[in-house]
Amino acid sequence: MARLVVLVFGSFFAGSLAFAGPNDIPSIFRPSSTPADSIFGLSHLVLAITGCIFAVVFSLMVYVVLKFRRRSGDDGREPPQVYGSNQVELAWTVIPGLIVLVLFLATARVILSIQDAPRPANAIDVIAIGHQYWWEFRYPGLGVVTANELHVPVSDPANPTPTFITLLSADTDHSFWVPQLAGKTDLIPNRTNHTWIDPHTTGIFLGQCAQYCGVQHAKMLLRVYVDSHGDFDRWVQQQKIAAAPAAANGDTDAVQTGRRVFESTACINCHAVSGTVANGRFGPDLTHLMSRDTIASGAATNTPENLRAWIQKPDSIKPGSLMPAMNLTKQDLDAVTAYLETLR
Amino acid sequence: MASESIAIGAIDEPRQSIGEWLTGWVTTVDHKRLGILYILYSLLMLVIGGVEATIMRIQLIVPHNHFVSPEVFNRMFTMHGTTMIFFVAMPILFGFGTYLIPLMVGARDMAFPRLNALSFWLTAFGGSLLYFSFVGGNGLYGAGNAPDVGWFAYAPLTSRAFSVGHSTDFWTLAILVSGIGSIGTAVNFITTILCMRCPGMTLGKMPLLAWLNLVTGGLVILAVSPLTAAQIMLCVDRYLGGHFFDTQAGGSAVLWMHFFWIFGHPEVYVLVIPCFAFASEIIPVFSRKPIFGYPVMVAATVAIGFVSMSVWAHHMFAIGMSSYGNTFFTVTTMIISVPTGIKIFNWIGTMWGGKILLRAPMLFCIGFLFQFLIAGLTGIMLSSSPFNWQLTGSYFVVAHFHYVIVGAILFTIFGAFYYWFPKMSGRMYHEGLAQAHFWLFLIGFHLTFDFMHIPGILGMPRRIYTYEPGRGWDIWNLIVTIGVFFQIAGVLAFVAGLLWSMFKGQPAGDDPWDAWTLEWSTTSPPPDYNFATIPVVESRRPLWDLKHPEDPDWKYE
Repeated sequence: MARLVVLVFGSFFAGSLAFAGPNDIPSIFRPSSTPADSIFGLSHLVLAITGCIFAVVFSLMVYVVLKFRRRSGDDGREPPQVYGSNQVELAWTVIPGLIVLVLFLATARVILSIQDAPRPANAIDVIAIGHQYWWEFRYPGLGVVTANELHVPVSDPANPTPTFITLLSADTDHSFWVPQLAGKTDLIPNRTNHTWIDPHTTGIFLGQCAQYCGVQHAKMLLRVYVDSHGDFDRWVQQQKIAAAPAAANGDTDAVQTGRRVFESTACINCHAVSGTVANGRFGPDLTHLMSRDTIASGAATNTPENLRAWIQKPDSIKPGSLMPAMNLTKQDLDAVTAYLETLR
Repeated sequence: MASESIAIGAIDEPRQSIGEWLTGWVTTVDHKRLGILYILYSLLMLVIGGVEATIMRIQLIVPHNHFVSPEVFNRMFTMHGTTMIFFVAMPILFGFGTYLIPLMVGARDMAFPRLNALSFWLTAFGGSLLYFSFVGGNGLYGAGNAPDVGWFAYAPLTSRAFSVGHSTDFWTLAILVSGIGSIGTAVNFITTILCMRCPGMTLGKMPLLAWLNLVTGGLVILAVSPLTAAQIMLCVDRYLGGHFFDTQAGGSAVLWMHFFWIFGHPEVYVLVIPCFAFASEIIPVFSRKPIFGYPVMVAATVAIGFVSMSVWAHHMFAIGMSSYGNTFFTVTTMIISVPTGIKIFNWIGTMWGGKILLRAPMLFCIGFLFQFLIAGLTGIMLSSSPFNWQLTGSYFVVAHFHYVIVGAILFTIFGAFYYWFPKMSGRMYHEGLAQAHFWLFLIGFHLTFDFMHIPGILGMPRRIYTYEPGRGWDIWNLIVTIGVFFQIAGVLAFVAGLLWSMFKGQPAGDDPWDAWTLEWSTTSPPPDYNFATIPVVESRRPLWDLKHPEDPDWKYE
C-alpha cells in the first residue's frame, strides 16, 4: 500500500508539471502571460518545499508503522513509557516556522508584483460584465462592444501592450478565469474589481466562469483570442462598423422578413444591433454576431443549424438559459436566422 | 403513553413495550443515549449525503452527460455540502463528545442534561427542515425543489430575485435552528469540562479528548454565532425589506462572504479538532505508549483555535481584496501550519518505540495521519494567495477539502467508531468486516480524491453540471467516479459490520483495549449515571496507574 501511495503522490507532486498536455488544455502549468507565469514560478517553489516536507514526513511515517508494529512473537510487555522531549518539540516548531517565513516572503513578492503592477500608457482597457450566463466585453477607448469572445493584442515583453480588465457584474457573482493567462478574479455586483493580462503568444485561450452563478454556470464559457497587432486593429475596425439602418437593396426576402420579425418582437428588448432600433442590454450585442466562432457563451459553434436551434429553443443547447423561446413560426425562424447571418 | 403500554400488554414481563422503549429514547436526557442518537442520526444523513454525491459523480463520469438536469445537479451539490457539514460531521462529533466527555472526566452526566436533549432535537429538526424543502421548497407550485444556492450560499443568489419559492428559506432556517443547537452543545461541553471533572483531575490531567473538545466548544460559540446572525439578516432581506446583501439596493455581497467564512474557516477546526482528539486517544492505546508531549499538544490546539479565527478571508483571495489584505491572510494561514505540524510530529513521536497493534481503529488513524499530511500540504499551496487565484474554485480545492473532511475527519470518525463501539454497545465489532471497510474505503478514497486534484490544475471549475470534452478532464473524471463505487462498497461493509456486531458480536468486557482513560473503568455499556462511586484520579492515565502500581504515571507528570 505504501508503495502505491508513494507512486500516486510522487507522480502528483513531482510530476504535476507533466500534466500540461496539448494546446487546447487550459492548464495552469502552461502559462502564456505574466500573471500566470509569476504564479507558475511561485508554484515551483511551493511544490518543491511541500514535496520535500512530504517526502520526509511520509518516509518517517512509513518507517514508524513498519518498524514499530507489533510482531507475532510479542512478549506482551509494555514498551518504555516516554512522555515527551522539549528539545525535539523545539526542533519541530522552529524548523517549520522558518519554512513558513521563506514561503511567506516569496509569496508576498508575487502578490505585490501582480496586484500592484504599474499600468503602461499604451495598455488596452476592457470592461468585462458578468451576466447570467454570458460575458459582455466593452472597449471604452475603442468603441467596441462584444460578447463571450474577448479579443486582445499580443504583448511583446520588450514593449508590453497589456490588457487591463475592469470586472463588473450585472446580477450574481461570477469569476473571470483563463488559467493560462491569469488567476481568478471575481465579478461581484456593486463592486469594481480589476485584473490584467499580457499574453505572450497569439492563439485562443479557453476559460470559463469559476464562481457558481446559477443554473447554467457550467456553460458560461469564455474564450480569449490573442491577435497580432495587425489582426487586432483589423478586428477593431470591423467591429466599429454599425449595421445598415434600413433594409439594403441586396437583401433577400428572407433577410428582410427576418429583420422585420426581429425588430418587431421581444428580441430587441434584450439584444442590440448598432445602427438599428435594437438597443437592448440584457443579452449579447449582435451587431457582429457572425464574427464570433461560438454562440450561447461558447456552448455551441456558430453554425446556421445551431443558430436556428438556439433561436427556436435555447433550452435545447443550454437548459436554464435566460433567453426565452419566442415560438416563431417555421418561416419566421428561418427568416430571423437568415437575417442574423448577415450581421458580420 | 399509558394506553400504549396497556395495548402492548406488558403485564408480567419486565420488558418494555415498544411505546415505552420509544418514549425512553425520545424523552431521554441521558448523555449516553443522546450521544448514540446523534451518531445514528448522522450516519443516516451520511448515507443521504453520499447518495447525493454519487448522483453528482455519475453525472460527471463523461462530458455532456444527461443523467440529471442542471437544476437537479445544483440542488445535489448544495444539499450534499450542507448535509455533510451541518448534519453529518458536526452532529456525529457532538455525539461522540456528548457520549465520551462525562465518562472521560468522571462525571455522571453533562452539566445541563435538558439543554443537551434540546440541542440534539434542534439539530435533528434542522435537518428535517432542510429535507422538507424537497416537498415544500417551491411553495404550493410543486414538489422537488431543494435549495440550489451552494452550501456557502453567496449573495445575491439567495435574494428573492434569484431564489424564488421557499427552498432558500428552508436552507436558512435549517442552519439557523441547528446552529442554535450547536451553540447549546458547545456551552454544555465547556461547562461540563470546566466544572464537572472528578476529584484529582486538574486541567493538566484531563484526557486530551476533553481538552480538544473544550477548544472546539469555544470555537463553536465564536464561529456559529456570526453565521446565525447572518441567517437572520438574510431572512430580514428576504421578507422584511432589508438590504444587507441586496446588491441591487446598495447592499454588499462581500459582507455575506465575510460573515460566512468567519464561520466557515473556524468550522474546519470545529470539525477537525475533535478528530485530533480521537487520534490522540487511539494512537497512544494502540502504540502502548502515553501521548508524546501532552502539554505541547494542548498548547498547539489552543494556538490553532486562536489563529483559526484570523484566517477566514483565505477563502476570498479571488474577490479582489487589496494586496495588503491578501498578504495578511496568507501569513496567518501559513502560520497555522506550524501548530498543525507539531501535532502530526507528536503523533509520530507517540508511535515511535511503541508496539503498534494494527486493528481497525488504529488503521483508520494511520490512514488519517497520511491523508492529513497531504491535506496540510495542499493547504499550504492554497495559502499562497497567488497560487490560490489559480487553484480556488477549481476541482483542486474540492479535492483539498475532501482530503480534510473525508481523508482526515471521516477516517478518524470511523476509527473512533470502532474504538468506542464495544463501550457503547457492550459487543465487539467484526474485525474482518472492519478491515474490509478500511481497505475498500481507502482505495476508493484515493481513487476519488487523489485524481480529483488534476482536473483542477487543468482548469476545471467546481460546481459545473457538465464539462466540455477535449480539455484533458475526461479520464480524470472517470477515475474519480470509479473511486466512488469502492467507497460505497466500503460503507456497505461498515453497515454490515455494524448490524452483525449489534446482534452477534462477542461480549466486549469493560476494557477490551487495555486502555487508560476512565470510560474503560465502568461497564460496557455504562450503567445509568456512569459510575457507582465517583473516581479519583492522580494522573492523565488513571487506569495505567491502577494496572501498574509499581510504575504509576503520577510519578513522572
